[in-house]
Amino acid sequence: MSDHEYTPKSKVGKWFNDRLPLLTLANHLTDYPTPKNLNYWWTFGGILTFCLITQIITGIILGMHYVAHADLAFQSVEHIMRDVNYGWLIRYVHANGASMFFLAVYIHIFRSLYYGSYKSPREVIWIIGMLIYFLMMATAFMGYVLPWGQMSFWGATVITNLFSAIPLVGDSITTWLWGGYSVDNPTLTRFFSLHYLFPFLILGLVVLHIWALHVPGNNNPIGIEIKKPSKDTVPFHPYIVIKDLFALLIFLIIFAFFVFFSPNILGHADNYIEANPLVTPAHIVPEWYLLPFYAILRSVPDKLLGVIAMFAAIFVLVILPWLDTSKVRSTVFRPIYKQFYWFLVADVLILGYVGAMPAEGLYLLIARVATAYYFAHFLIILPFLGMKEKTTPLPLSITEPVLGGSADMAMAKNNSDYKEKL
Amino acid sequence: MSESDKKKPNRRDFILTATTAAGAVGVGAAVWPLVDQMNPDASVKALASTEVDVSSVQPGQSITVIWRGKPVFIKRRTQDEIDSARAVDLSELKHPEKDEDRAKDPEWLVMLGVCTHLGCVPLTDKGDYNAWFCPCHGSHYDTSGRIRKGPAPTNMEVPKYEFVNSNTIKIG
Repeated sequence: MSDHEYTPKSKVGKWFNDRLPLLTLANHLTDYPTPKNLNYWWTFGGILTFCLITQIITGIILGMHYVAHADLAFQSVEHIMRDVNYGWLIRYVHANGASMFFLAVYIHIFRSLYYGSYKSPREVIWIIGMLIYFLMMATAFMGYVLPWGQMSFWGATVITNLFSAIPLVGDSITTWLWGGYSVDNPTLTRFFSLHYLFPFLILGLVVLHIWALHVPGNNNPIGIEIKKPSKDTVPFHPYIVIKDLFALLIFLIIFAFFVFFSPNILGHADNYIEANPLVTPAHIVPEWYLLPFYAILRSVPDKLLGVIAMFAAIFVLVILPWLDTSKVRSTVFRPIYKQFYWFLVADVLILGYVGAMPAEGLYLLIARVATAYYFAHFLIILPFLGMKEKTTPLPLSITEPVLGGSADMAMAKNNSDYKEKL
Repeated sequence: MSESDKKKPNRRDFILTATTAAGAVGVGAAVWPLVDQMNPDASVKALASTEVDVSSVQPGQSITVIWRGKPVFIKRRTQDEIDSARAVDLSELKHPEKDEDRAKDPEWLVMLGVCTHLGCVPLTDKGDYNAWFCPCHGSHYDTSGRIRKGPAPTNMEVPKYEFVNSNTIKIG
């Protein structure tokens, strides 16, 4: 990975590094050559790492006070809120931290979609990222069940019932997941156990994600291959570290706003009512970050097909590197794809909106159209567009458009005119 | 190499295959308890039947009791409700079942109060058939608890039950 051999200066450092090359790794991470044109959309990797660490630390602390039992869980959460020193703060950071984590991950994913970061040679980074995203959704779902409020209980009921749609073995699988004939104490205790485990699996995948990233190096806003290290790159430290820290600071302001000024705005009031297996709340909705998939599930009138469509909506992202046939990475040089990209963004936002609304009348119609478009984008538009689209000329290097003034096509042309004159 | 590829399995191959097979069985046997521990345990299974006193239920009234952690609807139907359930042509139904088979005593309908879509508890006396309506994803059930409209695939399930005497129903 490292482009040069590293020898620690001190004798002790050299002695240690010969036995475990941690200092070589640290040196690789500091010197890691990074494209110098990375914009602020590239700071979300660092922000996401921060989010994961925050969730793990606050989660371990909450685990010291929480009781995973159907009769005691709800009271123990109120105990954390009222009695435990700073318990309210730690719980609100953890609960809003989940939303912030998803906000950052959605920006990170759409960054990849815009700049084609999933394309060769970065497919494995992308697939590991999708695995992380999937584990995040599972972790968030199980975490939401733990306070054992009405939304916890009925959310758990609806989601675990998805598995009952599987032909033949569906009911046995659901019973196995529940550890009984309905969501009950055995379900709560196993969800707690797995909710504690999954973040550490995510942490392991994050290490692989970064490792896989450091093999080809970062993509960049103009999406062309660059030589590393060269005049097109800057060392990760201090340039990117400072930029990431600045972005993190801005992100923390938004985070703190939610925690201190509207800690419950992203939750549901129904979850402050203790779980009651006899009464379903009038309007069940998942947390905001799962709404687009929920809308897809509800838009299909058949139970099994609805579940298949929902999982397919995630799976279609996994195979995206092979669905997008365009060799040009960055949307900057793909005028037609750029429009479809923003259609997709709008489509996902619309799905999220109708997912929060009752599944009837106009909402249902919109959900169906938006679901159809979602799949059409990945399965029809992307493969054909890649073959048909006339892309604008790529600059020769990062430096070329920078010196010329922008990555804009006109500038690239002007620049070549300029070269000809020379 | 091609000669060795074609040659018959020798004793080493046999030992390798036998060891792998025995190993696979051993791993499977070791993993099964780790998987099966998640199935309902003895204490959960022990709660398999419930007796309910229905003497105070008036015609048109419905009560909800818990059996195996799930709600069970016990509805004492009015003559109108019975008639409308029995008048339905089976060909109109998504999951054709005769009302006579679902409610042996036509006055009493006993069924799991669990929507067969994703497990919510339907609301009583609501929806297009003025019977049951699931608020989660909009499934409508008729006065026999049969699915008529919406995403649910089947009718609400009728559990095993019997009248112990004229006032008591034993579920399970």
